[in-house]
Amino acid sequence: MAIIEIKNLHAQIEGNEILKGINLTVNAGETHAIMGPNGSGKSTLASVLAGREEYEITEGEVLYHGKDLLDMDPNERACEGIFLAFQYPVEIPGVNNSYFLKTAVNAIRKHRGEEEIDPGDFLTLLREKMKLVHMDDKFLSRSINEGFSGGEKKRNEIFQMMVLDPTFAVLDETDSGLDIDALKIVADGVNEFRKDPKKAAIVVTHYQRLLNYIVPDFVHVLVDGKIVQSGGKELAFELEDKGYGWIEIEPAPAHA
Amino acid sequence: MTSDTLMLEELAQSEYKYGFSTDIEADTVPPGLNEEVVRLISAKKEEPEWMLEWRLKAYRHWLTMEEPQWQNVHYPPIDYQAASYYSAPKQAGEGPKSLDEVDPKLLETYEKLGIPLKEREILAGVVAVDAVFDSVSVGTTFKETLAEKGIIFCSFSEAVKDHPDLVKKYMGSVVPYTDNFFATLNSAVFSDGSFCYIPKGVKCPMELSTYFRINEASTGQFERTLLVADEGASVSYLEGCTAPMRDTNQLHAAVVEIVALDDAQVKYSTVQNWYPGDENGKGGIYNFVTKRGKCAGKNSKISWTQVETGSAITWKYPSCILMGDNSVGEFYSVAMTNNMQQADTGTKMIHLGKNTRSTIISKGISAGKSQNTYRGLVKIGKKATGSRNYSQCDSMLIGDKCGAHTFPYLEINNKTSQVEHEASTSKIGEDQIFYCNQRGIETEDAVSMIVNGFCKEVFRELPMEFAVEAQKLLDVSLEGSVVYIKRLSLRENRIKGKNDYGNY
Repeated sequence: MAIIEIKNLHAQIEGNEILKGINLTVNAGETHAIMGPNGSGKSTLASVLAGREEYEITEGEVLYHGKDLLDMDPNERACEGIFLAFQYPVEIPGVNNSYFLKTAVNAIRKHRGEEEIDPGDFLTLLREKMKLVHMDDKFLSRSINEGFSGGEKKRNEIFQMMVLDPTFAVLDETDSGLDIDALKIVADGVNEFRKDPKKAAIVVTHYQRLLNYIVPDFVHVLVDGKIVQSGGKELAFELEDKGYGWIEIEPAPAHA
Repeated sequence: MTSDTLMLEELAQSEYKYGFSTDIEADTVPPGLNEEVVRLISAKKEEPEWMLEWRLKAYRHWLTMEEPQWQNVHYPPIDYQAASYYSAPKQAGEGPKSLDEVDPKLLETYEKLGIPLKEREILAGVVAVDAVFDSVSVGTTFKETLAEKGIIFCSFSEAVKDHPDLVKKYMGSVVPYTDNFFATLNSAVFSDGSFCYIPKGVKCPMELSTYFRINEASTGQFERTLLVADEGASVSYLEGCTAPMRDTNQLHAAVVEIVALDDAQVKYSTVQNWYPGDENGKGGIYNFVTKRGKCAGKNSKISWTQVETGSAITWKYPSCILMGDNSVGEFYSVAMTNNMQQADTGTKMIHLGKNTRSTIISKGISAGKSQNTYRGLVKIGKKATGSRNYSQCDSMLIGDKCGAHTFPYLEINNKTSQVEHEASTSKIGEDQIFYCNQRGIETEDAVSMIVNGFCKEVFRELPMEFAVEAQKLLDVSLEGSVVYIKRLSLRENRIKGKNDYGNY
């Protein structure tokens, strides 16, 4: 079953076209990696899916569980189960992590017509997930991402993903700036998420390294706003060997 | 487009919650100001001669003064002859002797405002309240409980009658009647207010609170508060304010004086929520207030905390004169302006004694088309060796039609002192809002969360229950400001994209 269907998606910012006709279908149970050189549009694609408003969609459509995704507000998308792990998570001074997450969890529950979460249950949930990302209790009372190291910020993104329990996760360069231990923690979190066959993920990355830990079902290469090559996980190794240079000169494959 | 209209409708609905007025018969002096009116006010209050003399001196001095022009607020000239300077709810015969005699309609008003005036309702609580309705104080709760400790907490009028020595000794000792245009006007025509005296060594066992409300349409409110903490005493005091919605502007010129003797501590918190006017700037309170504390004794401490969300214009600088050696002054402020509101607020820390310390934390939030100014003076006198000040002024802008301004003045006359000033201005981050949105949180809730986080350092200083109230007030005050953020993003694109291809 298709979770997300991206059809001929074009997007621009301040008059510069960044996405020039993306076609991609992600089914339940699948993990797709999107690779590509800097400036190819990887992060733009992630932002557009999450509903970032600076980007103007000029053509194409995106269906999420068959519904028009582009018609939804960003918070509505989140409530419907779309999660973006940010490349650069923002800091919000004075707002602590547990309060923030509780507000988010309750917003999502309200959207589903559910009662607010019981504070005791919520704490149990937080503790359980915190363990998975190796965070201690002090973390809950700290302000969101304020004074966090790069690795802590990325682990926090994964932690939030596990607490909010989305259906479709987009990880935007979650590996950048991580040492190998942090990378493993992050990968464990994502692999835990992938176990559920009803869920799906897109992993955006510049390097093949992450894909050793999060082994994708499909790899797509994005160059200049278009997917120019798609394949299985072995495509990632090929890219690691040859770089992106060789791919740009080959003709783009026909779209499905 | 419909969502835009919807947001606008919500804006219109986010009206001032305390905007009702109470239909009560009032004894109101006709508009106008002259010596006769001053005498009349004094007579109505059955004041002794010395009080009248003081008022008249103030009035005569006021005639020689000019309204200040330096503040960063703009308003049409105030016609001081058009306002009425005294209004009291009419009572048959004498004033109320106990709360049971207070007009039930008044009590109802306070109930609507959430002020638990009746003692039996607050037995479980820890707050003693003096409530001021238009010009007179209508009832003070817990008077007896406090009296057992020797604490005097009553209306200013009662203090003039029952404790003339204390009033004579301290009134005008911090804010002299010649101080400034608005304080001098207040000195001439003040109608009532609260008086509080904490005797030597007594720690006040409960929060003391004054609640001010303007009800009459064209009255000004000029209340006066005098708070004295004797040696080793301590007290926490809270003041709250509301007014009905009127489409004319009403003047509020209050004076608060605090005296702290040796080793005394006073914490004074204000939640100011006067009617701010409508979104076009019609109506609202002109809030011109002089608040000043004197740390007269050594090791004394005065701490001001204010949350200012109301008033069309706020002009207010709660200050500390640090006379006693080792005395401490603090100022924690959140000033939020929306729509057409203007605020020019801050503090003055005057260091005179040795090793005096002061802290200033100011958080200004501007939304809508409002203008928000921080103005602060830190003055270190020649003899104030080893004194320290730390100031931090942060401003946050919501939308791009508002303004934030900071005017810090530093006067340092002593080389052994240390003064630090930090300032920042930030626009509420679209990145922060998007981050919250992406976690499922609506923009309005996200803004509220971010703003509350921004103010946390100040809210921490408020007594618990008022911190909750302050957060709610900020939310009410923020309502509608989100329109500016929404509009910005709508203008940018999605609607257009949708119309192009989005019909399923």
